[in-house]
Amino acid sequence: MIRVVLPQHLRSLAHVGSEVQINVQGAVTLRAILDAIEAEYPMLQGTIRDHVTQERRPFLRFFACGEDMSHESPDTPVPEAVVCGAEPLLVIGAIAGG
Amino acid sequence: MSGVRVLVGTKKGAFILTSDGKREKWEVSGPHFAGWEIYHMKGSKLDPNRIYASQTSGWFGQVIQRSDDGGKTWFQPGTPPGEEKGPGGTPKGESNKFVYDVSPETGKPLTTHQFYDGTQHPWEFKRVWHLEPSLAEGDTVYAGVEDAALFRSKDGGKSWQELSGLRGHGTGPQWQPGAGGMCLHTVILDPGDPKRIYIAISAAGAFRTDDGGSTWKPINKGLHSLYIPNPTAEVGHCVHHVAMNLKRPNVLFMQKHWDVMRSDNAGDSWKEVSGNLPTDFGFVIDVHAHEPETVYVVPIKSDSEHYVPDGKLRVYRSKTGGNEWEALTNGLPQQNCFVNILRDAMAVDSLDKCGIYFGTSGGQVYVSADAGDTWKAIVHDLPGVLSVEVQTLQ
Repeated sequence: MIRVVLPQHLRSLAHVGSEVQINVQGAVTLRAILDAIEAEYPMLQGTIRDHVTQERRPFLRFFACGEDMSHESPDTPVPEAVVCGAEPLLVIGAIAGG
Repeated sequence: MSGVRVLVGTKKGAFILTSDGKREKWEVSGPHFAGWEIYHMKGSKLDPNRIYASQTSGWFGQVIQRSDDGGKTWFQPGTPPGEEKGPGGTPKGESNKFVYDVSPETGKPLTTHQFYDGTQHPWEFKRVWHLEPSLAEGDTVYAGVEDAALFRSKDGGKSWQELSGLRGHGTGPQWQPGAGGMCLHTVILDPGDPKRIYIAISAAGAFRTDDGGSTWKPINKGLHSLYIPNPTAEVGHCVHHVAMNLKRPNVLFMQKHWDVMRSDNAGDSWKEVSGNLPTDFGFVIDVHAHEPETVYVVPIKSDSEHYVPDGKLRVYRSKTGGNEWEALTNGLPQQNCFVNILRDAMAVDSLDKCGIYFGTSGGQVYVSADAGDTWKAIVHDLPGVLSVEVQTLQ
């Protein structure tokens, strides 16, 4: 079970708490995790990744085990601690005012 | 029993203000979608309980919300409650998807537009500025978006298709963003002719289609804009808003970046009617529901201040279709007031004594239940108001 922490705006949009848990089939990469989140919570489509390009929205970042994965290839495997559920993948909104 | 429902979009959520026909006592509901920018909400004239909302964020993109019970509950049309997955678990979520039409069959190749520095820049979808439900088809709704284009949904907001004939008009490389971005902010449907639609873009100008959106013509003849290289160019004018009295659809009133304008021939030509206004810069403009020659604007100090002049919040009314304006101040702050009123933040109801509503950047929403003679604040302290619409309920 993969644990993902979403920013507040997306929690309210998806009607979930601070952390969601999802199953991912096959290799556990950023892309696979985001695919699974969007399948489970389709209202989040387009809010983390662009609808068309599937690229990370510019004001969002991904962290795992204290490491910034925002600029990694989406096909990069996430750390084992995230795969086994010991650590969550963090989806964080950039602090840019507002 | 008649009543009104005022739909207020703010920088941090949506609010719904309701009252009976006296418009004296108000109930306030909200914030809905707390923390999100609500650029616009609008109800269907065919089914007043059907309301659409543009929920948007620079961080998280565009979301379309819909209510079918007058704003009590909301859902994303592509993902209604209980149907959050398609067959086989296929995700839906299409209601948030606005993709420019680049197909050779139905669209024109996507051009570039002019950027702030004069270079050419690709079209990039940013947000929905305005939602306009059809007057004839219950599940049809139009969306004016940034970067400027017009989209239409024929399934109640579940999916959106661009009416690409507008962007394909050929003048796209001359369109440029205003301070708020290159936005299509005004969509007016002709109540007598379902194929006629007016739109306006900052900064390209006004356009009209007479064939339901397949082809468009710029309707900017008579506009004079000193801030563009050719002040009388076919396109490039920063039109801030356009308004129409539904009973007289060939007559249009326009608040341009500077100048208040009037057209008596469905936009084919315009003449200036700024008259004795203290400044002819502003954003909002609207027309009395029953008196088609009675027009309202709120002059704003510019080019950079963008607040009301002299610290006084004054609505100006013309009962002569322009040129002769009177200041309406009764109940409005007349000292130390420095708010702005954005282009979609004024609305009129259609009760016997026409009600006028507007919202400010300071979070006040004002109402006049007597066509502008007297005013009072319904609410004082909302987040900055982005848009105001009103539904007259019978």
